[in-house]
Amino acid sequence: MTATLEQMETTTQQSASPKPRRRSISKRVSPFTYVALTLMTFISVFPFYWMYVVASNGSEEISKIPPSLTPGGNFPNVVNTITQAVPFWHAILNTAIVSTVIALCNVFFSTLAGFALAKLRVPGKRGMLLFIIGTMMLPAQLGVIFMYMVMSWLNWINDFKALVVPAIVGAFGVFWMRQIIDSQLPNELLEAARIDGASVFRIYRSIVVPTVLPAAFVLGLFSFLGTWNDYLWPSLVLNDPERFTVQVAITQLNNSYTVDYAANMGAALLGTTPLLLLFIFVGRRLVAGVMEGAVKG
Amino acid sequence: MLFGAIPIVFTTALAFFNADFQTYYEFITNHQLSVLTNAFAGLDNFRELFKDSYFWLALRNTFSIWLISTVPQLIIAFGLASLLANARLRASTFWRTALMIPNITSVLAVAIVFQQLFGRDFGIFNVLLHYVGHKPIEWVAGTIPSHFAIATMINWRWLGYNSLIFLAAILAIPKELYESAALDGASRWQTVRYVTIPQMKNTITFMLVMGTIGGLGLFVEPLTYGGGFDGGANSQFLTMTLYLYKQAFMNQRLGYGAAIGVGITLVVMIISAINFMITRSIAGEESK
Repeated sequence: MTATLEQMETTTQQSASPKPRRRSISKRVSPFTYVALTLMTFISVFPFYWMYVVASNGSEEISKIPPSLTPGGNFPNVVNTITQAVPFWHAILNTAIVSTVIALCNVFFSTLAGFALAKLRVPGKRGMLLFIIGTMMLPAQLGVIFMYMVMSWLNWINDFKALVVPAIVGAFGVFWMRQIIDSQLPNELLEAARIDGASVFRIYRSIVVPTVLPAAFVLGLFSFLGTWNDYLWPSLVLNDPERFTVQVAITQLNNSYTVDYAANMGAALLGTTPLLLLFIFVGRRLVAGVMEGAVKG
Repeated sequence: MLFGAIPIVFTTALAFFNADFQTYYEFITNHQLSVLTNAFAGLDNFRELFKDSYFWLALRNTFSIWLISTVPQLIIAFGLASLLANARLRASTFWRTALMIPNITSVLAVAIVFQQLFGRDFGIFNVLLHYVGHKPIEWVAGTIPSHFAIATMINWRWLGYNSLIFLAAILAIPKELYESAALDGASRWQTVRYVTIPQMKNTITFMLVMGTIGGLGLFVEPLTYGGGFDGGANSQFLTMTLYLYKQAFMNQRLGYGAAIGVGITLVVMIISAINFMITRSIAGEESK
């Protein structure tokens, strides 16, 4: 298909202008392109390799010139150091649970609110939508003092509720789902369902959910990654080691004046590994989601 | 939704008082209004903020890091997107996916790696400089070098993501526009200037808005880069939001922290207005 287009293009060009110009978008790929992309891939992956190199060599091996550039055999010891300093596996479990709950809540509430804003007759709908876009424009940091005070009044400090409740729905998710539902769900289909006597929730379940599922999946992924990687808010509201999330646990390794690079790098790698494994399965969906969201939004 | 708006109104109100968490806690539990009236500070916090050299330093640092990270990042992302947009590129899914990997990594993990890579004595960058006979650069203690190091962390994490956004926008441009540009004998640069960029108006607006919010709200990177809430020994990479946290949570000065928050919002609004004018001018060129 692209080949035929290309041919058509060149033929029209040749007939239109005396000297053929090659300005079509699918010009031949120069070797430079592959060199540049390989370099970028190397830059993307190198820090993970380096985490393993430092963690498996120990800090002394790295603190010399030239530093060791290949992995050593010290990794089990470093893992031992980490797990003795903080309940690291427990933190991974905590993070996995909290991130999953938040991702599911986000998908549910964002699609529901997005559906209401796109297709239902809600008084003041337009105002609400503008309001949601408005909150996206403001720096989130502004709310942290207030949120912290609410959490301490509710006695939710050291409680996972302090992580989950403020995060169950976000402006970005609602806006995105609204855009998808608005553009992909024909009104006639909803009318037909209504005439057949389907309730609003039935319509949501049988028509809206299947339509938005691909985008909602990506939203859930982003929400999962965001929670997994969030550092500041959990570090403010959690101070019981049993409740730490991964990111908070990692920072606890730095209580003395000397920085143990090996332990830090090992913990950073262990904390990222679950996401890298997840990425192997969902990476392509994530890329498609980012690109789709870019055009729609 | 409530979680979005109430904090903003509340934070603005908070900026008119001088109190710590304990004071507010007493007010809530005992319902004594006198606790609040005693703490009322009027415009004091804003006056102090205006004269606070740390806030202006933080403003300068924020802008500096933001510029060093945004400008090269968007240019390189645009270049990468143009390379990826070629329909004849082999293994295009692989390259796209590889670019996305850094974005799933936490800022903290990124900071830990780059802190080591930028280490003064044994970090790779200084070791390489050593071999070319250059003396080590103070990647943490120096102002501009530390900004550069922090910007590198941001760039590493966001370059691929932004390339994909640009790529999506480039692929959405109708092919006919390029064909007619070619027929008109447009040079490669003219095609980019008069076809690609105006067609990407919405994407560029989106990136400017999101980039402004992210860039001016910057704080996790400098926080985790090793300076704690001070932003380095000489506050050389203290950013506005980092200063907000320092005052509100470390010094328990909620009112002053809130006033900093109001200051940040004002700066974001000014920059957003400038962004709006820039995108308006891009849109204007389209109609020429």
